Amino acid sequence: MYGWIFRNLPGPLWLRIVTSLVLIAAALVLMVQFLFPWMSEYTQFTDSTIGSASQP
Amino acid sequence: MVLQEKAGRAAAAPAGVVILRGAVQVVGELLITAGIILLLFVAWQLWWTNVESDARQSEVIKEFAQDLGGAAPAGPAAPDASAVPTGEDFGEPVVSAAPGHAGTIGIMYIPRFGANYTRPIVEGTTSDVLDTLGLGHYGTTAMPGAVGNFAVAGHRQTHGAVLDNIHTLVPGDKIYVQTKDGYYVYVFRNNHIVMPSRTDVLEPVPTLPGTVPTERYLTMTSCNPRFGAEERIIAYSLLDSWRPASAGPPAEIADQVAAAIGKG
Repeated sequence: MYGWIFRNLPGPLWLRIVTSLVLIAAALVLMVQFLFPWMSEYTQFTDSTIGSASQP
Repeated sequence: MVLQEKAGRAAAAPAGVVILRGAVQVVGELLITAGIILLLFVAWQLWWTNVESDARQSEVIKEFAQDLGGAAPAGPAAPDASAVPTGEDFGEPVVSAAPGHAGTIGIMYIPRFGANYTRPIVEGTTSDVLDTLGLGHYGTTAMPGAVGNFAVAGHRQTHGAVLDNIHTLVPGDKIYVQTKDGYYVYVFRNNHIVMPSRTDVLEPVPTLPGTVPTERYLTMTSCNPRFGAEERIIAYSLLDSWRPASAGPPAEIADQVAAAIGKG
């Protein structure tokens, strides 16, 4: 899959390497900004409050 | 004829194998990707949230210091503080009204957690406060210095790990709360490990609902065990003394206050 994507990127080899690095960086940013905060709501090992009355 | 059929099958078989091979490869790559994403999630949670929260909490302390403005000039106040005898009585502690949600109440200094331990205390215990701004004050509980229970929550791990070392407190340890009014010195008394449903630790007299309080408590709650949340660890402290802002910080934390407020 990744090999197919890499082979089908446009441009010469150096451009394809640069494009893939940009794509990887974009995926990381999306994960840190949206995916991980969303996932952390379903992993309850960081809840430090008592009771549920004051919880959202 | 027979040979031709065999040749046709032989040609078709590799095509099916190629498709199957491609499918297995795509599934495999997706599984590896999922594994890498989970590892990255762990790194994000255990490390990156601390980096983000530490930076944000430094900003909150900076903003708080700017709000104090000239009211508490930390530089000149420090020498005065050492001149005033530490046992001096300043009367009844001043108790402020709670700020709005996510408003900064003050700064907590806990020398047992390290000389540079300064964390903001912010109103509210929702995740927007606890995950970025620092220690969260339970809105239903008293304010610093009040008779009753001043209760705060903080993360044991991740998001700044503000109460990571809560289990290292030793009875007699001082916990300093600085607000715009002054400095409240609490003395740690004991730890208590409870189930997360034990809301009675937030009562005006912890664990004794309906009792009329006569003491001024500080109750801190955090996750227990470390890296887990099956239980809660509670740290109870009692108010020992109070100093108005005009009297300067207690001599024991004069350097830390100067460093924290000096950042502003």
